[in-house]
Amino acid sequence: MIVQLVFALVSLVLLASAVTVVSARNPVHAVLFLILAFVSASVLFLLAGAEFLAFILAIVYVGAVAVLFLFVVMMLDVDFAALKEGFQRYAPVGALVGVVLFGELGLVALTWHSVAGAQAAIAYPMPAGTTNAVALGSLLYTSYLPLFQLSGVILLVAMIGAIVLTHRDRPRAKRQSLGRQHARQPDNTLHLVKAELGAGAAIPAAKTQKETL
Amino acid sequence: MSAFLAFFATLFTSPFFSTDFGIVILDLLKTLALLIPLLIGVAYLTWFERKVMGAIQLRKGPNVVGPFGLLQPFADALKMLFKETVTPQGADKVLFVLAPMLTFGLAIAAWAVIPVNNGWGIANINVGILYLFAISSLGVYGIIIAGWASNSKYAFLGALRSAAQMVSYEVSMGFVIVTVLVMVGSLNLNDIVLAQTHLWFAVPLFPLFIIFFISGLAETNRAPFDLAEGESEIVAGFFVEYSAMSFALFFLGEYANMILISGMTTVLFLGGWLPVLGLSFIPGPLWFIAKVVFCLFVFIWVRATLPRFRYDQLMALGWKVFLPISMAYLVVVAGVLEYFGWLPHA
Repeated sequence: MIVQLVFALVSLVLLASAVTVVSARNPVHAVLFLILAFVSASVLFLLAGAEFLAFILAIVYVGAVAVLFLFVVMMLDVDFAALKEGFQRYAPVGALVGVVLFGELGLVALTWHSVAGAQAAIAYPMPAGTTNAVALGSLLYTSYLPLFQLSGVILLVAMIGAIVLTHRDRPRAKRQSLGRQHARQPDNTLHLVKAELGAGAAIPAAKTQKETL
Repeated sequence: MSAFLAFFATLFTSPFFSTDFGIVILDLLKTLALLIPLLIGVAYLTWFERKVMGAIQLRKGPNVVGPFGLLQPFADALKMLFKETVTPQGADKVLFVLAPMLTFGLAIAAWAVIPVNNGWGIANINVGILYLFAISSLGVYGIIIAGWASNSKYAFLGALRSAAQMVSYEVSMGFVIVTVLVMVGSLNLNDIVLAQTHLWFAVPLFPLFIIFFISGLAETNRAPFDLAEGESEIVAGFFVEYSAMSFALFFLGEYANMILISGMTTVLFLGGWLPVLGLSFIPGPLWFIAKVVFCLFVFIWVRATLPRFRYDQLMALGWKVFLPISMAYLVVVAGVLEYFGWLPHA
């Protein structure tokens, strides 16, 4: 009873915040509502008994992805007047795209049916004596190992792509090399001279960088 | 004394406490039993820090308000309460008020799963360590929202620095936690402590213990990684614009986070409530507190001793030193456990 009530409440919050993500005028508020939507989705997972998924969702999406979103949005200088400028011109095309998308959604909703026996599979309870993490792990690392590895490789490719796209080589930038700094000895940089009174001292030729290191 | 305990034993095993309402009452009592010592601990951590730093710098520290300055935290709290709350012009009012609450609330909420003694956690959940990690990764929001909502350049710069820093150090922290999990074979914090009965993980995982603690310093924005505050360049960073109680919440949130990271270090590496040298006549919670206080002392010691890092050094340390070491150590630990057949089978 209480669980159903909480479920209904959290679902309401999820839907409301999802709508607000689209309708909010301030982009930062939109991202914050997106985060609220993630958190409520994770609570729904918790209520469904999928605690591992719930916390992974919170850690990955809320803790990492959404932070970067927020970062970018806060840095953007959004000019609303410029954004609204082309509204009249693009409205018909936008409306057309919207109609097509809604039509497709409608078609899917009308002809949707589930495979026979799917309902029974969904209701299959967790086997006693295992936890979420163990059950997921034993599936992922046995039956679905190739797919799991493949998704890892795709992520790796995406990461390399992001680095290639954003990397700028700056040959003239000054870099600190910790190894070289630690290798520096007083003898390399300091030379004590005992000056004769009235005669001065000959300044020894400065050692070049290569000699000292 | 024993009659007293027996009275409570019969009271809490009465049938009332197994009804729905009774369970809620019992949980509330448990929460209070943890929360009140924790909040007093937060208040006295500020006193402890000033005393320890005073001793290190050959000063006396607070010694006027009450004996040994023991009432100083309360004097400070009263001062904060009676100050005026100033909201800067152009600030996002709702978010401006929300941010300190979020910071402090999250620092407190994480304690729900930390076991102070065998089975004493308020919620003994199967994925306890994931809960802790999730809560600590949410901590960024309090800071970044505060920086943005203040409508101030200094605050925003501080928030950006701090957010980038926390996200970076979470990565290596995650790998350290995964290594511990590989050794335990469970995500439950109670199991993690019990797995250290014979040997604390600080011994076989010594480099990771150090990495975890240093990442904890960065995660809580403490010296030598307190660039988010950086008084000499960006005034006070993300909380420049805060005053009175909203400032106090940030301040207390930082100390609560310090205690939390110390608690995590204790549970993951220092054997939680387990006694040292078989001195088991001292109860578990006292051992837990002693280990947490030791970690806190190191926090303060580091602050009083080391100068602040430069920002590029901070990033280089996180990404180029800690991350490769913790990843490599994970692979080595997993390999060794597999080779000798020591992998725990859940």
